[in-house]
Amino acid sequence: MQTTRYEAPGTIADALSAIAANPGAMVLAGGTDLLVQYQSGMRTPSAFIDVKRIPELMQIASDAGGVTIGAAVPAAEICANATIKTLWPGLVDGVSLIGSTQIQGRGSIGGNLCNGSPAADSVCSLIAGRGVAIIAGPNGERQVPVEQFTVAPGRTVLGRDELLVAVRLPKPAPHTGDAYQRLIPRSEMDIAVASAAVSLTLDATGACVAARVAIGAVAPTVLLVPDAAAALVGSRLDASALQQAAAAASAAAQPIDDKRGTVAYRRQVVGVLTRRVALVAAARAKDR
Amino acid sequence: MSTTPTYTAIGTRPVRHDGVDKVTGRANYGADLSLPGMLFGVVVRSPHAHARIVSIDTSEAAKVPGVKGVITGRDVPLVDAKLGMGEGAMDLKDMSDNLLAREKALYHGHAVAAVAATTLSAAREAAGLVKVQYDVLEPVLSVDRAMEPGAPILHETMVTQARPPVEKAGPTNVAARMEMKRGDVEQGFAEADLVVERVFRTPTSHQGYIEPHACLARVNEDGRINIWTSTQGPFLVRDATAMILGLDAANIKVTPSEIGGGFGGKIPVYLEPLAVVLARMTQRPVKMVMTRDEVFRASGPTSATKIRMKMGAKKDGTIVAASASLYYEAGAYGGSPAGAGMMCAFAPYTIPNFFIEAYDVVVNKPKVAAYRAPGSPMAALATESLIDEIAGTLGIDKVEIRMKNAVKEGDKAPFGPPYGRIGFLEVLDKVRDSAHWKSAVAPGVGRGLACGFWFNAGMSSSATVTLGADGSAAVVTGNPDIGGTRAAQALMVAEELGIPVERVRPIVADTDTAGFTEITAGSRTCYATGWAVVEASRDVREQLRARAAKVWGVPVEETRWEHGQVVPVNPSAERQPLTVPEIASKLVKTGGPVIGRASVNPPMAGPAFAAHICDLEVDRETGRSRVVRYTAVQDVGKAIHPSYVEGQMQGGASQGVGWALNEEYIYNTQGVMENAGFLDYRMPVASDLPMIDTILVEVPSPGHPYGVRGVGEVPIVPPLAAVANAMADATGVRFTELPLSPPRVLEQLTREA
Amino acid sequence: MSKLHIETVVNGEPAEFLCSPDETLLSAIRNGLGLTGTKEGCGTGDCGACSVMLNDRLVASCLVLAAEAQGRSLTTIEGVARGSTLHPVQKAFLQEAALQCGVCTPGFIVAAKALLDVNPAPEEEEVRYWLAGNLCRCTGYDKIVRAVLDAAAEMRSARV
Repeated sequence: MQTTRYEAPGTIADALSAIAANPGAMVLAGGTDLLVQYQSGMRTPSAFIDVKRIPELMQIASDAGGVTIGAAVPAAEICANATIKTLWPGLVDGVSLIGSTQIQGRGSIGGNLCNGSPAADSVCSLIAGRGVAIIAGPNGERQVPVEQFTVAPGRTVLGRDELLVAVRLPKPAPHTGDAYQRLIPRSEMDIAVASAAVSLTLDATGACVAARVAIGAVAPTVLLVPDAAAALVGSRLDASALQQAAAAASAAAQPIDDKRGTVAYRRQVVGVLTRRVALVAAARAKDR
Repeated sequence: MSTTPTYTAIGTRPVRHDGVDKVTGRANYGADLSLPGMLFGVVVRSPHAHARIVSIDTSEAAKVPGVKGVITGRDVPLVDAKLGMGEGAMDLKDMSDNLLAREKALYHGHAVAAVAATTLSAAREAAGLVKVQYDVLEPVLSVDRAMEPGAPILHETMVTQARPPVEKAGPTNVAARMEMKRGDVEQGFAEADLVVERVFRTPTSHQGYIEPHACLARVNEDGRINIWTSTQGPFLVRDATAMILGLDAANIKVTPSEIGGGFGGKIPVYLEPLAVVLARMTQRPVKMVMTRDEVFRASGPTSATKIRMKMGAKKDGTIVAASASLYYEAGAYGGSPAGAGMMCAFAPYTIPNFFIEAYDVVVNKPKVAAYRAPGSPMAALATESLIDEIAGTLGIDKVEIRMKNAVKEGDKAPFGPPYGRIGFLEVLDKVRDSAHWKSAVAPGVGRGLACGFWFNAGMSSSATVTLGADGSAAVVTGNPDIGGTRAAQALMVAEELGIPVERVRPIVADTDTAGFTEITAGSRTCYATGWAVVEASRDVREQLRARAAKVWGVPVEETRWEHGQVVPVNPSAERQPLTVPEIASKLVKTGGPVIGRASVNPPMAGPAFAAHICDLEVDRETGRSRVVRYTAVQDVGKAIHPSYVEGQMQGGASQGVGWALNEEYIYNTQGVMENAGFLDYRMPVASDLPMIDTILVEVPSPGHPYGVRGVGEVPIVPPLAAVANAMADATGVRFTELPLSPPRVLEQLTREA
Repeated sequence: MSKLHIETVVNGEPAEFLCSPDETLLSAIRNGLGLTGTKEGCGTGDCGACSVMLNDRLVASCLVLAAEAQGRSLTTIEGVARGSTLHPVQKAFLQEAALQCGVCTPGFIVAAKALLDVNPAPEEEEVRYWLAGNLCRCTGYDKIVRAVLDAAAEMRSARV
């Protein structure tokens, strides 16, 4: 019986070679999805290509224009990063919810994205924050907005010979706040039944001038909901605007019935979450 | 009011004797032992919930490099006997068929073959190559379906065991029907001022022990068999293995490992006989460990239930009539705790007219095993919800209504005998006086109260107490220590002999070394095995008196025991009291070692009553809820080691909370469990619960030397109803179906709005 | 199938083991290194019984490949006590009776120590959320949380 092989390249170039040399290989970051799937027999890679020894994938680099987060940086490190905590607390909301402390020591936004689940906790905030996926391949580097990265549950736009290197978030305008919430039955340890992230910008008078709303676990992929954002823009986050945003989120949802929730439940709750999250984002925007 | 005895050791909180091993990782559990030359055993399981087994071809599997043996049901003899198993008896024929299916696969995950190989991966590969031909049948997945005319029948030969007998006994999926009655229930309802009736449903749920089943079997060249296993009953493993395999129990030694949780689920055997068959076949030790997936699919969860209950009360809150029909899923073979549920449902209350019937129904799910007070929590959900509803409708205080109807000493239990000295009223008193009950309920929060009852088993136990020359003592029993019983036993020896508890070594021994004891279950270990420990200690005391008498040259009647020393009745210059260490130093000279022994089979312990208060915060927009405050009150008889008694109360409460809020087996239409893991079988995590306050009431159980009552099981009985009543208080809506998961709650709140 | 030879540091001492490329760190710890204090409760990262420290990060060893230990440092439950001196967390668990069957205890102790190493003064809620990845079925967590808070207080006063 062929056993899956293990390789640990030290550079992006070496990783790309390893990927090219091993059709059927899978990239291993934190392993908190991949190893579960491997042990259940759901995925059977021919090799694990462990990318955690590649510096670009393990670092967080801030600059004047934003922050570049390596695809394999553990969640705990992202959540402890002072710049990210200040400028993207909504991302911290999401990333810090990717599982227990033990999972936080390993799980990454790269893994979260490439696993392709619509319930992924970091993806809503990455989309709300206009995140861009940075992809390396044999023909060089390309960039894909995060909301276009996943096309179906478990399927992304990543080619077989490509590697997700990092996600870049552009620096938000002044008076921008973001937030993320999810509905789970317990207080921790569950996969989101419904989730929402909002990033919004206020002007000096407290009116919303820009917004992005992303909803998760209620469709085959995380969805950007322009209608929900439009309901918030121009408003002062009053009850009517919030209600419209919630309704837009519920309308955009395409949920399923499964062991975690029903269609009706998800549709209703994603609206509730959108409203709550918008308020938190607004409060944070005022403080910025 | 009798005077409370004062103790020096009993009631204190020493560090448990096995504690250091457990906090350093040295303690050995079922999967921690390995032997040279060991093989790994893996079970092949049915992918169908209901199917006839047409053929099994193991030839491909046997060819995998490293495979040394493959077995199917043909390799395990058919037996026909019953074996007492703690709080129930199991047909050995059924247990054997559960170990390896013969004619039919009766649930998804039912074992059909097993492989032993030199590596786990080879065993798994081979398991995947065992070719089983199935004739797939329609599965039966609920009591409603099982009892429908024309439903598929699981066992062609099943007839309903019923008292009184039923008209058409078979073929059927109803394994048994029982009933109890008192007075004239129709007349009682006619006289009631208020009658409420509801149907309650609870899901299949699992004990959730963190350690999966694991064992290691070795057969010696002389045919002697050694089994190392995580079990609640080493003697049961020995006897069941012997009877199922047709072996002599005298040739089987079972050594219990430390056990990582049981709650009743580690009473049955699932792996040991298979490991023995493979070990005998291969002449190598065989280790078998269940995966978590297998634990969910193929061990013994507890029954899903449907309970229709009706209760009638007078305006002043007196309950005058009650009736109930209990339908309990037994899983693939008969033997649910429907009967126990029936006995417990009305046990806390004096109800002059009642009728209650219980049905034990087979379905295509794993055979249920005991789960902490088996049968009682589901019945209490119904009883306590209806009392809560009656109190609310009549405007009567929820504690007062229970006090009004509470059983007292001398009242007849629904199942027959009069109660001896019991502490239910005392428990309710403490509820009323508690800080929790007196506190204001926060906005957005509902408060629920519920009570519960459980009998506590007696059954046989043995113990030996050996005194060392240095005055230390060893106490040996055969009861695995799940919750701190070693510490309790050490305290008892310390109390009886008047020596420090640190000088006592409590030991859990194997079946060759320990005297026969029934399982660690039924809340009986501290009570019955403890009783044996006390008797064995008193045997030591008597022998010490005889030794002192020898030293002093007087008849033994002229000696007296007095806490920790023997005292001469007629002291003199040469006859001064001798402490235990002093006598111990003279043992060799006075006749040799001193070993005390006792074998007891005490009557059932006085029953246990509990009452829990739950404050539940409910988010009405999402249906999500959170326990924000919880108090457990219980009559514990006498708390030997109070920390471990509190621990039982807190642990039982949190299992009940999980059962009420989120735990359930989710099945698809094919009878396949969809959430066979800890991700989606949602047990409470640390952030789901607040501190769980405990109030211990001590009304001694008559007969026992210290008044011990069993404490381990009743704590799981009230929480289902306490949470449901809190939800009703918070939302104004009565929920009758568990779990109260957010989608279910929101759906019902939306419907009622 | 050839095995990988892994050189690592375990509980402060150099160690090595052979493993399959797809073997978990949990399996290597229990079988390759013979350290059975770390337990397997679920194999899917949901129960925390397999918790160890990997280079200062608390991880579930069932979701780490054994090969990843190469050149890194591991601390298991066997490395928490210092010789015959129990760590304050271990002592607190004993004093508070924070264990019943004890199978989850090694995972909790490793996890609790990891918390107190980064946050010497956690509030009750922080303790509960930090330990949410460690399942206990016996205790209801009450005495475990008390033990961790006690150990924290003990460690703070020892530092003064």
